[in-house]
Amino acid sequence: MTPVPEKEKTSLLLKSARPVGIIGYGAYIPQYRLPASQIARVWGGSDEGLPVKEKSVPGLDEDTITMSIEAARNALKRAGINPSLIRAVWVGSESHPYAVKPSSTVVAEAIGAPAHILAADLEFACKAGSEAMVAAMGLVGSGMADYALAIGADTAQGKPGDALELTAAAGAAAFILGPAEISLAEIISAYSFVTDTPDFWRRAYQHYPEHGQRFTGEPAYFKHISTAARIMMEESGTRASDYAYAVFHQPNAKFPRRVARELGFSDEQIKTGLLSPVIGNTYAGASPIGLTAILDGAKAGDRILMVSYGSGAGSDALDLRVTKKIKGRQNLAPTTADYIARRVEIDYATYARYSGILAMK
Amino acid sequence: MSEVFIAGIGLTPVGEHWELSLANLSARAMLAAIRDAGNIRPQALYVGNFLASTMSQQANLGTLLVDNAGLGHIEAFTAEAGEASGAAALRMGYLAVKSGYVNAALVAGVEKYTDMVGVEVEGLISQSTDYDFEATQGLTPAGQAGMLMSRYMESCQTPRDAFSALPLLAHANAVNNSNAMYRKAITMEAYNKAPVVAYPLNLFDVAPYADGAAAILLVNEELASSRNLVRIAASSVVVDAMALHDRPDPLAFSAVTLSAQKVLAQAGLDWDEMDLFELWDAYSIFGILTIEACGLAARGEGWRWLRENDLSPKGHLPLLTMGGNKARGFPLAAAGVYQVAEAVLQLRGAAGANQVQGAKTALTQAMGGPASTVITHILKK
Repeated sequence: MTPVPEKEKTSLLLKSARPVGIIGYGAYIPQYRLPASQIARVWGGSDEGLPVKEKSVPGLDEDTITMSIEAARNALKRAGINPSLIRAVWVGSESHPYAVKPSSTVVAEAIGAPAHILAADLEFACKAGSEAMVAAMGLVGSGMADYALAIGADTAQGKPGDALELTAAAGAAAFILGPAEISLAEIISAYSFVTDTPDFWRRAYQHYPEHGQRFTGEPAYFKHISTAARIMMEESGTRASDYAYAVFHQPNAKFPRRVARELGFSDEQIKTGLLSPVIGNTYAGASPIGLTAILDGAKAGDRILMVSYGSGAGSDALDLRVTKKIKGRQNLAPTTADYIARRVEIDYATYARYSGILAMK
Repeated sequence: MSEVFIAGIGLTPVGEHWELSLANLSARAMLAAIRDAGNIRPQALYVGNFLASTMSQQANLGTLLVDNAGLGHIEAFTAEAGEASGAAALRMGYLAVKSGYVNAALVAGVEKYTDMVGVEVEGLISQSTDYDFEATQGLTPAGQAGMLMSRYMESCQTPRDAFSALPLLAHANAVNNSNAMYRKAITMEAYNKAPVVAYPLNLFDVAPYADGAAAILLVNEELASSRNLVRIAASSVVVDAMALHDRPDPLAFSAVTLSAQKVLAQAGLDWDEMDLFELWDAYSIFGILTIEACGLAARGEGWRWLRENDLSPKGHLPLLTMGGNKARGFPLAAAGVYQVAEAVLQLRGAAGANQVQGAKTALTQAMGGPASTVITHILKK
């Protein structure tokens, strides 16, 4: 193979032909909360060292589709565009209600998107939502479309008694991408890093996922997030101190704090987007909901680094800069904090009923 | 018969080697031992391994490791004695060199514990119990240790924190061992607050399973002649009833008593002449029962003896000088080779901050199961 001459080497960053940004965003988090101490009470273990304080739990009438619709409607309110202008609806999740039959078409019709759109469901564990964002960036950035909707949503399932049950939560975030000149946050570039790393999986017909225990840490989460963040910053010529905010995938409270520290980010930079302690791990929704929380309070000029992580495994990094157009848009829909504050505590018995883990026949 | 000398040692960091295969992890230790010996080519490789045939779906490790390390058409095979497999391989190497059949024998203790995750792992490790009567009932090695500890607590009326001395000592010593998995001292408070793992064992009573490979190159007098090397002064393997319930006194650890007596007699030495003792701390209770079985403390008094004596590298009988299984990490079969290589560091005066001043004689002891197999060596400078 002929080596690429030095001058022809291209950047590893994904950059669109025309500038793209987020023109509207929205979050949704179910109101029910299950304290981790409830799970420890039933399954054993002390209240000390629990991975999160509590997690969000979907109600009986909620799933990935309903939560996606709620988040998308909030995004539309902030975007201020007619849904008929949307040309793609992509929903990233590992808990699509149907194995075969798209969530995206249901979401599209519910929000009033037209029939002449692209629609598909994406699956890449917890990074399916950020993947949808990068795909939408490409569609708009190429000029094929002016507006595309990307959603990350999950009603995550953990086997009762498994460590995952303590954190597996529910939530959604939606982003309408459009031309940068009308956006409230420009996406400067994206970068994606993936390898074949079997740290977490669920085969067909299995109800609950399995995981590689301690293997999910160092060679999985930490390797991919830190590589994606480092390459993004190297290729962009940025340093941690250039960012007002950073948000990392958050399977628990500890991992994102550690990876942030290793990359040189302060607690101050990550605290706004670090929601896992109070809502748990919302999987494909996790770093996207962290981003909606940041956008709720961001001001023009703020630079934001978002890095997702999906098992299997890979990370998408997004480099964003907030524009002046954010002013007045933040309160057009309920904020992420509004959803976190809308809290109804339940016990394990109610959770067992809502999450369908009781065998009825 | 030839004297048996240790010409080289090779140690790899104990931990989670997700990125290294069993063969490549082993090669690092093997080649390091050969380099340390001044590039003496071994005529044989004896491998100590417990779990590769199930955990890594790999048998015939002798050939695999020789082939991977490029050692040519030499003799090679595996010794298996549960967790004591590494020490068994050393015994094999000792016999080979002692007999005169082999001039230079490489011994490698290897374990790739992280090749598998999940509940099956505990089942595979339980192969060191009597399957038909113990494992099949759900008994695991930690379960065995828990039963022994309960029995000890009841018969000796000990307080719960009676078992803390060895874990605290191990963690304090591992701080200075660059190959150790946990280089952090722990406090009595941390010990007392640790969660229960298998009642009554808490997290700090249990040595953490890990990956690791360690190697030792043994040579005869001829190859050792020009150098001042550590020699193996005595070697012994003694077994006990496999199942705990087949032992008249499960707290006696009779194989420990017999194996220690044998090596002391072989070497013509006494406990007073030992400068350090690398005992087998797979569980804190094993350490206490070992101290009693060796006659260093009276029955029921081992916990108090461990608490009241200075056993640090500066103390009167230093134990677990590089952190032991508890804090260096417990790479199962490889641990028996780590122990001996660490004792060699002490006798060479190369143990750094944990150096036992003037150490000339060391006793090392490995176990398969709860002293079901006990393998003891005395090293002398």
